[in-house]
Amino acid sequence: MTVGIVLVSHSAKLAEGLAELAAQMAPDVRIVPAGGLPDGGGIGTDYDEVVAATQRADSGDGVVLLYDLGSAQMTAELAVESLADPSAAVVVDAPLVEGAVAAAVAAQGGANTKAVGEAAASAGVAPDLAAVEPSAAGEEGVVEKEFTLTNDVGLHARPAAVVVRSLAEFEAEVSIRLGEQEADAHSVLALMSLGARQGDRIVVRARGAQASEAVAKVAELVESNFGE
Amino acid sequence: MACTAEGVAAALRAAAEVIAEHRTELVDLDRAIGDADHGENLSRGFTAIVSALETAVPETPAGVLKLAATTLISKVGGAAGPLYGTAFLRASAKVGDAAELDVPLLLDALRAALEGVQARGKAVGGDATMVDALIPAVSAAEGTADGTIAEVLTAAADGADRGAESTVDLIPRKGRASYLGERAVGHMDPGARSTALLLRAFAEAAR
Repeated sequence: MTVGIVLVSHSAKLAEGLAELAAQMAPDVRIVPAGGLPDGGGIGTDYDEVVAATQRADSGDGVVLLYDLGSAQMTAELAVESLADPSAAVVVDAPLVEGAVAAAVAAQGGANTKAVGEAAASAGVAPDLAAVEPSAAGEEGVVEKEFTLTNDVGLHARPAAVVVRSLAEFEAEVSIRLGEQEADAHSVLALMSLGARQGDRIVVRARGAQASEAVAKVAELVESNFGE
Repeated sequence: MACTAEGVAAALRAAAEVIAEHRTELVDLDRAIGDADHGENLSRGFTAIVSALETAVPETPAGVLKLAATTLISKVGGAAGPLYGTAFLRASAKVGDAAELDVPLLLDALRAALEGVQARGKAVGGDATMVDALIPAVSAAEGTADGTIAEVLTAAADGADRGAESTVDLIPRKGRASYLGERAVGHMDPGARSTALLLRAFAEAAR
């Protein structure tokens, strides 16, 4: 059971293409496009379609709606207001593409509507890449290990999503460092913005009760080329 | 005319005629600052309401208002669909199961419509939107609370006319018109104009 996602766009193609993209990173999440006017009627948003999409997206764990421009927001909000249980769905102000990806990955990891919405909304903020001191190792409770990426695309969208998803089950704060930059390993957008490619050496740092398990999981992912 | 379900239905039929008559005017106003579809969209929505009322008129004023709301939401694209839809929906919810509207209920419905539009569109007075017609309309209606339904609606329509006129001098801060900034000054907001037209049609129907 996961939170469903509805993509409300003025364009059917935009909504469908984005649903396809986001689904790559979240195979178990219901991501339903609701774009354009009925019957190939062109650019616009269709209230009935958005209501139907919201119902289809809801597997019982709630729905997060994202929108593109202007009246799409109003249509989405009105659709939520008209649901039998308006508290089951939430409309989030987020950049549509980045928000959809972040929301899909969060939903795949089992986050609730609030957390999925926050993941989408925070996708608008530039990923928090901290410049770090390379000598931070040795700190108490911190597990750190270095890996070389051997897969074709490095930490691109899908591998990044696999990392975020896999780490969701561990009680640990994990970060990944490439050179001088460090990204929160629980944020697919932050990982992507590291720009780690094939052959790059990354440092995984984890802290918390399951820090070792989390690092071992990343090791397993790197060795298996993220399942690609 | 009594403000029964049939009375409200008659007012909506009158509104459909007025919107159809002013379709081109609304299109022209929208062409200046938007995407030139407001008259077309609204006309399509009200035509659909009239069709729906031919099949069956709901039993209460609230039922008729709700029918109007859902039809407008489905048939009118752009921002006007959800905004007018919300206005009628909130008005419908406010009047409950009353068989006939009296002046206090009508005022409640008008206030609910204004609040709904503001909540949905996040617009305030001075943004050059339909809110600029609705605020003076509601305020004028409240000033005639001891009058008849027709007097209250006429005052509301007069207020909306003044409000719509005031948008000519405003810099739009909401919707597509806001992208034009100062270049939109000199043009009346099409949504404010259609609000004024609707309230005038309701007032005439109530006489």
